[in-house]
Amino acid sequence: MHNSPIATADQEAHQNPALLHHFATEEQQKDAASLGMWVFLATEIMFFGGMFCAYLVYRYWYFGDFGAGSQSLSVVLGGTNTAVLICSSLTVALAVRAAQLGQQKVIIICLILTMLLGLVFLGIKGVEYHDKFVEHHVPGPGFHFPGHVPGHPDIPINQRHAQIFFSLYFIMTGLHALHMIIGVGLFAFITYNAMRRRYGPDYYTPVEVAGLYWHFVDIIWIYLFPLLYLIDRSK
Amino acid sequence: MSEHVSSLKLYIGIWITLLIGTLVTVLVAGVNLPGPLNAVVALTIATIKATLVVLFFMHVKYAHDKMTKVVIVAALFWLAILLALSMADYTTRLWA
Repeated sequence: MHNSPIATADQEAHQNPALLHHFATEEQQKDAASLGMWVFLATEIMFFGGMFCAYLVYRYWYFGDFGAGSQSLSVVLGGTNTAVLICSSLTVALAVRAAQLGQQKVIIICLILTMLLGLVFLGIKGVEYHDKFVEHHVPGPGFHFPGHVPGHPDIPINQRHAQIFFSLYFIMTGLHALHMIIGVGLFAFITYNAMRRRYGPDYYTPVEVAGLYWHFVDIIWIYLFPLLYLIDRSK
Repeated sequence: MSEHVSSLKLYIGIWITLLIGTLVTVLVAGVNLPGPLNAVVALTIATIKATLVVLFFMHVKYAHDKMTKVVIVAALFWLAILLALSMADYTTRLWA
């Protein structure tokens, strides 16, 4: 009876109000929502994958200039941001757990912490962008990046190749930051609903699905940090 | 997707592992390893971190829905085709 795809009148009388009529069970509805997010994340892998591919090709061609560009970035700020994002992933995971356990206050606290950490990340990113503008490291007519290729004091930095590095840096971190802004917006909406006690053990799909998105954005940064900040650092 | 509720201890453990991974990545980047080993180490640590996030924070380890795993494997397979074949092209263009 419980496994029947067609809900009986008896089941309907007892069902969760969050269960939509075109789903047979709450479990099926939850699976469909999370599968939908995973399919979206698959398209995001393709979206970021194209940029990672462009990065790899140019890094292979212009390794020395990429090393010089990479060393002009701040490992302290980039590393701090990595830690901030990892902490925000923990708070999201704890928000989902609190929803599963029906701990209403903990859900809200964890979601607010997540948004705060997201904003700290964006603030630090803003400081880094500001530094790049002040140093004239932004690709364009004003671009100025003197110096030598790491480990080769006789080879000056090729200005065009360095601009390709900084273009990729701004595009990849910029699109990542855009994803973070969207994520903070999603969590603002979910926090509002959590304050109206919408989520609990019977229904926490939006918290879980937004969490999947946030963790994915964290994973993108886990790759961006070593690829952009840590090229050829030992020289 | 997951009825499974992970313990607080597990989440904290994964969190600490991820932070240690970040620290190790930064420290190893300052050591001059032979050849492309610096990049290999950095990407290996990043992949371990990403796998931990997917399995435990994103609950894929406890997913009973096989379609989720199919989607993930398909996406990674596509990414592998993109990166491997593109690099096979660009790294061999100057071969005589």
